[in-house]
Amino acid sequence: MSDATIHHAGDRKWTDYFTFCTDHKVIGIQYLVTSFFFYFVGGVMAEMVRTELATPDPDFVSPEVYNQLFTMHGTIMIFLWIVPAGAAFANYLIPLMIGADDMAFPRLNAVAFWMQPVGGILLISSFFVGAPQSGWTSYPPLSLISGKWGEELWILCLLILGTASILGAINFVTTIFKMRIPDMDIHSMPLFCWAMLATSALILLSTPVLAAALILLSFDLMAGTAFFNPTGGGDPIVYQHLFWFYSHPAVYIMVLPFFGVISEVLPVHSRKPIFGYRAIAYSGLAISFLGLIVWAHHMFTSGTPGWLRMFFMATTMLVAVPTGIKIFSWCATLWGGKLQLNSALLFAIGFLSSFLIGGLTGVMLAAAPFDIHVHDTYFVVGHFHYVLFGGSVFALFSGVYHWYPKMTGKMYDETWGKIHFVMTFIGFNLTFLPMHYLGMQGMNRRVALYDPQYQSVNQICTIGSYILAVSTLPFLVSMALGFIKGEAAGRNPWRALTLEWQTTSPPQIENFEEMPVLWAGPYDYGIDSESEDGDEDVEDMLTEVANVA
Amino acid sequence: MQSSATTNTAIAAGYQEAATEHHGHPDYRMFGLVMFLIAESMIFMGLFAAFVIYKVTIPDFTKELELLIPTVNSIILVSSSFVMHKGQSAIKNDDVKGLQLWFGITALMGAIFLGGQVFEYAHMEFGLTEHMFGSCFYVLTGFHGLHVTAGLLFTLAVLWRSREANHYSSSNHFGVEAAELYWHFVDVVWLVLFVLVYLL
Repeated sequence: MSDATIHHAGDRKWTDYFTFCTDHKVIGIQYLVTSFFFYFVGGVMAEMVRTELATPDPDFVSPEVYNQLFTMHGTIMIFLWIVPAGAAFANYLIPLMIGADDMAFPRLNAVAFWMQPVGGILLISSFFVGAPQSGWTSYPPLSLISGKWGEELWILCLLILGTASILGAINFVTTIFKMRIPDMDIHSMPLFCWAMLATSALILLSTPVLAAALILLSFDLMAGTAFFNPTGGGDPIVYQHLFWFYSHPAVYIMVLPFFGVISEVLPVHSRKPIFGYRAIAYSGLAISFLGLIVWAHHMFTSGTPGWLRMFFMATTMLVAVPTGIKIFSWCATLWGGKLQLNSALLFAIGFLSSFLIGGLTGVMLAAAPFDIHVHDTYFVVGHFHYVLFGGSVFALFSGVYHWYPKMTGKMYDETWGKIHFVMTFIGFNLTFLPMHYLGMQGMNRRVALYDPQYQSVNQICTIGSYILAVSTLPFLVSMALGFIKGEAAGRNPWRALTLEWQTTSPPQIENFEEMPVLWAGPYDYGIDSESEDGDEDVEDMLTEVANVA
Repeated sequence: MQSSATTNTAIAAGYQEAATEHHGHPDYRMFGLVMFLIAESMIFMGLFAAFVIYKVTIPDFTKELELLIPTVNSIILVSSSFVMHKGQSAIKNDDVKGLQLWFGITALMGAIFLGGQVFEYAHMEFGLTEHMFGSCFYVLTGFHGLHVTAGLLFTLAVLWRSREANHYSSSNHFGVEAAELYWHFVDVVWLVLFVLVYLL
């Protein structure tokens, strides 16, 4: 630990990105690149799953390998791609947005990051001892009989990543509450920080309960207890309750940070104030709260009593209210704006349309009578990919394009970015939209073999998934071209008002030369502001700032 | 927490300081520790919830437990919290000897608690896998015992560091406060556990 001194001024070396560095910007990039690496790994697994499903017979891989593939795909995409990608944005942006020089606990931050590769290597090493086959949910008793060591490695990986996630959340909350510049009160804080506050609260309250479930599962697996094993008098339903007490909020942990990203991207690229700042801020907290009391809607077919179903059905449908508030506010922000249809805004609009579908199918699934019909079918698979890919990943790409100039100091390649968007949008919808139909027809998820009548629709999904896979190439091209020969971005290429744009691109070590000054609210675009030299339009002032190198 | 006005000024003052000097950050560690303990308490909540579900749904779940040692243990652990607080009061008066005395006694009491638990395990009629109550008993008390061990190590670490003159003083003793808060946390969890597992 001796060399882990808290950042000292000087130039950033490229080797810093491979060390235990405490600079929040380095850690943000470390998170982002690591999670993109695991996106690639999980993506290869997804393509293998889709290739297997191109035909009704298990001809590409054996059913056992198929089980391992979808289990690992789910686990990697959730715990090593979307959750850490959210942490990447939070680490990079929170201190910049609130005018701080770093996170509250820089060393803790670095520890949390370095737990990611450890967890990832543990998980992938489970392939050498027989990877887990019981899905990312690991329901007992199935998880107790399908390969002991693979399952145990899976548990260890999740415990490590869960701990990292908690340490990250402690850092985010402390930084947001304690390190804002003095003239930024909580209601002039960028909405991304509000989103991370809601996310962190959920992480702190729900992730530990998953740890409790995994500890008990571990005892069943390794020590012969029977907490969840019905043959020994145990109760698998208890696992489901504990598991979903985390894993439903986990959905919001995965999507709330990206709601925050959308709230930042939309006003900047439509040159309009955000519609309903407080409504968006507080609806995030409402989603957090409701997220803690909806978990049993995953268990409508687990013999839950009627009154419990009614309760969880009602609370689940209530989530649509704060979510709807956000969707309408974002649409109202776009309405009548001077839209600059660059890659960042295109992905944000793509997010709005696909996430809307994911949200609506969510309300359908909340209805117990409908859910019982489509439980564990491809309808559910379609639904959560619309939430997590159509929602989180679209917004994630939007955020990457939006902050790429800040992170690298150069502009990405716009043409390839747009090609990336078009291919992603087509590939994504082609892959996941038909799954709703398949599910309604009764095709079960998590099975390598299926009824031949579903083959043609499955082939559409598989072709879509190939387009989706290829769509990452234009993304990489756009990023690489930007890095090699992109024009210099300057401090504020988008003429945005949040504080991260007031400093150099990329920001210097410790972020700001002097404490940044709030001269406008975070979203006061196109509004006359009263500055010392009379009433100058914010847009004019932004142009002036943008011209500063 | 003071009133919000004072807190705001404190933040403002702290920031000014931080802008000029890196290591002059105001201390946020207690804030962070409290959040960590909230997360920790949720693990116990999960385990307790599972215990209660089993207790309510499984017929003949509860087994009689010998109460003498755990009751003595509870008294020792609860009183050690007060003993420890004396140590914190001592360091607030720059009395390092007092800190060492009271923290030393606390560590001893913690060790006696753990010894009592080991004794209890050794004389228990059932093992880990015989019935659900036994499994719950060992996992809950064991997981709590791990926390007592962590708290004990924490206390010993404070004692070790206090050998160095001026390591802790009335103005700088976060380690002392953190060890104490952690110990109180472990103590409160034990009370809930004692009522749930032994008494009900």
